[in-house]
Amino acid sequence: MEALDGNAIGGLLHEVFGTEMTAAEGTCAACGARAPVAQAVVYLDAPGTVARCRHCASVLMVIVARRQYRCVDLSGLAALDVR
Amino acid sequence: MSPVSRGFHGRRRTPAGQEGRVPPGQYVTADFPVLSAGPTPHTPPEKWSFSITRAGQPAKSWTWAEMRSLPDETVTTDIHCVTRWSKLDTVWQAVSVDTLLAQVEHDARYVLAFCDGGYTTNLPLPDVMGGQAWLAFGYDGSPLAPEHGGPARLLVPHLYFWKSAKWVRGLELLDADEPGFWETYGYHMYGDPWREQRYAGD
Amino acid sequence: MAGTAVRGRLTWQIATVSAITRETARAVTITLEVPGWPGHQAGQHLDVRLTAEDGYRAERSYSIASAPGEPVVITVERLDDGEVSPYLTDELRVGDELELRGPIGGYFVWAPEDGGPLLLAAGGSGVVPLRSILRYRQRSGATTATRLLYSARSLADVIYRDELSRSGGGVEVIYTLTRVRPPGWRGHAGRADAALLADVAWPAGQDPLAFVCGPTSFVETVAGALTGLGYPAGRVKTERFGATGGG
Repeated sequence: MEALDGNAIGGLLHEVFGTEMTAAEGTCAACGARAPVAQAVVYLDAPGTVARCRHCASVLMVIVARRQYRCVDLSGLAALDVR
Repeated sequence: MSPVSRGFHGRRRTPAGQEGRVPPGQYVTADFPVLSAGPTPHTPPEKWSFSITRAGQPAKSWTWAEMRSLPDETVTTDIHCVTRWSKLDTVWQAVSVDTLLAQVEHDARYVLAFCDGGYTTNLPLPDVMGGQAWLAFGYDGSPLAPEHGGPARLLVPHLYFWKSAKWVRGLELLDADEPGFWETYGYHMYGDPWREQRYAGD
Repeated sequence: MAGTAVRGRLTWQIATVSAITRETARAVTITLEVPGWPGHQAGQHLDVRLTAEDGYRAERSYSIASAPGEPVVITVERLDDGEVSPYLTDELRVGDELELRGPIGGYFVWAPEDGGPLLLAAGGSGVVPLRSILRYRQRSGATTATRLLYSARSLADVIYRDELSRSGGGVEVIYTLTRVRPPGWRGHAGRADAALLADVAWPAGQDPLAFVCGPTSFVETVAGALTGLGYPAGRVKTERFGATGGG
């Protein structure tokens, strides 16, 4: 399946963060590129959701859903600015 | 509780008489779904190598030509993905991992498979021996396509298919078990589909 | 700016199908009664969740086709090997319940105060959120100069064709038909590429705002062409539906 973008995980991110996040600006911890979360390259398939930097393909976020829990790894983001 | 959507069945279908071959919670698919966590690597054979490593150092490496000159076999097996699809009677062309490990002296207890693109997954060493694991380079009579893990992937069908690492480039020998990519995020360290070990603690 | 955060919790809720309209051979528009709907912005989407009797679930996202202030409407295009879309286009009936959550999104949204000129680029069912933008523009009385580039397989596959043909002044609709053209067709043919975008896009000097939506490959080609024409990255908003545009 081709990669989507951060719009495709808008609902999941809203669920995890409690607010809309696709317009939030993320800074890649690997290359420093800054872009709206909506523009991340998103791989939607379970086992989990992976969002990668469009510039350097490094992993920005991993979200794994297990029953009612969400495991969220944001260590690929140096910053995440919500407007 | 979610209401039942009238008339919705989804794509699933386990053919009659095959229930015994399907682990709990799985359904049979005729497709071969492509699940990915990143862009598909495209490593040409001339750049490919497979290594068995210890403490980061290669103990033994094979080029593509060297690997292809090893004895290989046709493996027909069922595969089970943690996302609940199972595919029956898949046919692979592969070199047994026993053949590779036989060329290395080792006393390790675990391995961590590592791959192009950075994916990793961990397995107990006994589970990649004894005719249970292969390095697969052919699927269904053709060279393994990149989206399915080509040029070569690990094939360990007795465990959930996330352990059958795509684009595999080697096995790191370990003394202690170490979580790979999905295991780090809560997937089961072992992953036996017959005991439905999808997540840690299952 | 209009595209700011949607506050408040996002929870699954039960909506009722109040109308179903066939748009094309494969596309159906579904009107939903959603209790307590807080309203939505043009370009937002909602998530739909189906549950089978044995508890099996499937979830998909669908763009909202209606403008802010109008009832909640989605348009679904059937994919032959899809799991959810054939259920929504062929099985769903008026009166059925549908579990959904929304509205979702704050990036791919437009409001009149965001200005233009606007370039809307649709690949297949990517036209759905752009139709919401067009309807909002019309309802609000905005006069933003707007061009819609709509890539479809054939005229028969064009969704909202009558409505688009009645677009008022200030809106220009340009089609490119990729597989089948009617006899005597003098419009564009083939997939959108850099040459077509050079032809139809507003010059970068006019500080246009672009919304590009459709299959991933369409979005990559069009967005790349626009940045090649000098559009700053921040003025090209993208929403990818994947190779198959949903499912």
